[in-house]
Amino acid sequence: MNIEIKSLHFAYPDGTEALKGISLTIASGEQIAIVGQNGAGKTTLARHLNGLLKPSGGTVFVGDWETTQHPVAKLAARVGYVFQNPDEQLFSRDVLTEVSFGPRNLGYAKEKVDALAQRALALTELSEKTEVNPYDLSPTWRKMVALASIIAMDTPIVVFDEPTTGQDAANVARIARVVAELKREGKTVIAITHDIDFCAENFERVVALSRGQILLDGATRDVLGQEAVLAQTYVEPPQLTRLGKRLGLKETVVNQEELLQALKK
Amino acid sequence: MAFVNVRNLTYAYPLTKQPALQDINLQIEEGEFVALIGANGAGKSTLCYALAGFVPHFFKGELQGEVEADGKLSSQSTLSEWTLNVGLTFQNPFNQISGAKYTVFEEIAFGLENIGVPREEIKVRVEEALALTDIRELARRSPYSLSGGQQQRVALTSILVMRPKLLVLDEPTSQMDPVGAKEVFSAVRKLAQEGMTVVMAEHKTEWIARFADRVVALKEGRILMQGAPREVLTSDLLFENGFGVSRYTSAAREARRRGLWTKKSLPVSLDEAAEGFGAIR
Ligand SMILES: Nc1ncnc2c1ncn2[C@@H]1O[C@H](COP(=O)(O)OP(=O)(O)O)[C@@H](O)[C@H]1O
Ligand SMILES: Nc1ncnc2c1ncn2[C@@H]1O[C@H](COP(=O)(O)OP(=O)(O)O)[C@@H](O)[C@H]1O
Ligand SMILES: [Mg+2]
Ligand SMILES: [Mg+2]
Repeated sequence: MNIEIKSLHFAYPDGTEALKGISLTIASGEQIAIVGQNGAGKTTLARHLNGLLKPSGGTVFVGDWETTQHPVAKLAARVGYVFQNPDEQLFSRDVLTEVSFGPRNLGYAKEKVDALAQRALALTELSEKTEVNPYDLSPTWRKMVALASIIAMDTPIVVFDEPTTGQDAANVARIARVVAELKREGKTVIAITHDIDFCAENFERVVALSRGQILLDGATRDVLGQEAVLAQTYVEPPQLTRLGKRLGLKETVVNQEELLQALKK
Repeated sequence: MAFVNVRNLTYAYPLTKQPALQDINLQIEEGEFVALIGANGAGKSTLCYALAGFVPHFFKGELQGEVEADGKLSSQSTLSEWTLNVGLTFQNPFNQISGAKYTVFEEIAFGLENIGVPREEIKVRVEEALALTDIRELARRSPYSLSGGQQQRVALTSILVMRPKLLVLDEPTSQMDPVGAKEVFSAVRKLAQEGMTVVMAEHKTEWIARFADRVVALKEGRILMQGAPREVLTSDLLFENGFGVSRYTSAAREARRRGLWTKKSLPVSLDEAAEGFGAIR
């Protein structure tokens, strides 16, 4: 299911122009990271994908649906959106109820709801915590619950808003495994992130936003190699990319294996 | 005499058995910049709360040992006395916004108003703080209409403007863009040079290595290791305990395993990595 965004403009009620003409096509099954400075419009863009926000100008299509023509509850079957702040999303008294809520709300039968919830819990390694109240979990694990509750809806498109924020190395690795698994299942994954190393290691395409517009869009290696342009939106290339440049490597390296291979040459 | 003295601190939240902090002993000199690292649940936030007086004044529970700063004990001060000297930014900036103010400017002025700073001085100090964190353009906006990273900058600014003697920052850059995060580390480094004592819980080891004086690594509520950033961040102990380290360190460790990296020490910075890997080429 493709996403087709054409000349998208959006202004908040107070007049803040958050998006100024975004055009973007995302093919089914792509893994895309969206990067860019604070306030660039990343969250605003993401919230257009599941219809939480409607364009002030331009159009957003998810498959053959234009988002203005379909209620958020319907779009939820196509696009799952994990909030930047889990506290905006969680409201159930235990983890299992929370994670089952989405698929139940989509009208699935009980067996399917249970199966989807268990799969999402296993994938996020929350299976031991099903009876806990999300509010008794640390903020970082609450984020994992928020992630699980969206994965459980089994939508063809999943959008993560800053999934690795404040996460330790172990949880970042868990989130990377979730992304890899969703990719294997052929789902489209769109992640907003400031963690450029995580971005380099897990996504094949990167879109850099700056002040409501697209600054760069392309293959990860091509985008993350452009140090000077990225600086305009307060992003630095990954650590190992900077190292490769410093070492005078001809090709842009974006991860450890590429660096070590290039050094052997 | 150190500026901060944490002595035999053990603390458990109400209705919990396992203490969140166990037997913490920590001395911090005036003007020192200490970074706290550790996995989720290691106790970073709890130690921040203890330094900032929220443990035991806001979070009750069971406390042994003591926290001293600037010659005073937190247990013998009220929270409002303590916070005159000690500023804390919360992990979630949303929790920090007062809800009483309509603009970012007023939000940042709020703390100064509360302690009766004259109007003219407030204006000067708020302008100064807005410049320091690079958010002058947000001054007239509503604190609630900001993006997460922008809110985090506002929360940080509203603490910096108070000029605390001890600044406690709980993951202050988690939602910031990469360059903004680095700028916060660099600004904090400068404040420490000017005499402010800083404790910062963080995961960004590249900037910790570059800007902090010391790293304290927490595991399951205890101090696992502490020392100079390079020594701690390249140690086998941290690696064996699954701590996150920079890509420079982990790539060199892997290169060493493959017999490519021959230097004795592992790198923590781009410069050191470039030097070490440069020798391989
Ligand atoms: N509810 C809101 N009301 C008004 N302005 C907003 C609101 N939410 C975000 N903004 C503004 O819109 C712009 C884009 O914000 P956002 O999409 O959250 O950025 P990002 O996610 O890239 O940090 C920013 O200038 C931000 O301050
Ligand atoms: N308000 C609370 N009530 C009960 N337990 C808590 C509370 N806050 C944190 N804890 C527990 O204390 C321990 C340390 O947590 P925390 O200080 O938040 O760690 P960190 O900041 O390193 O992630 C964890 O086991 C956590 O579950
Ligand atoms: Mg955002
Ligand atoms: Mg914490």
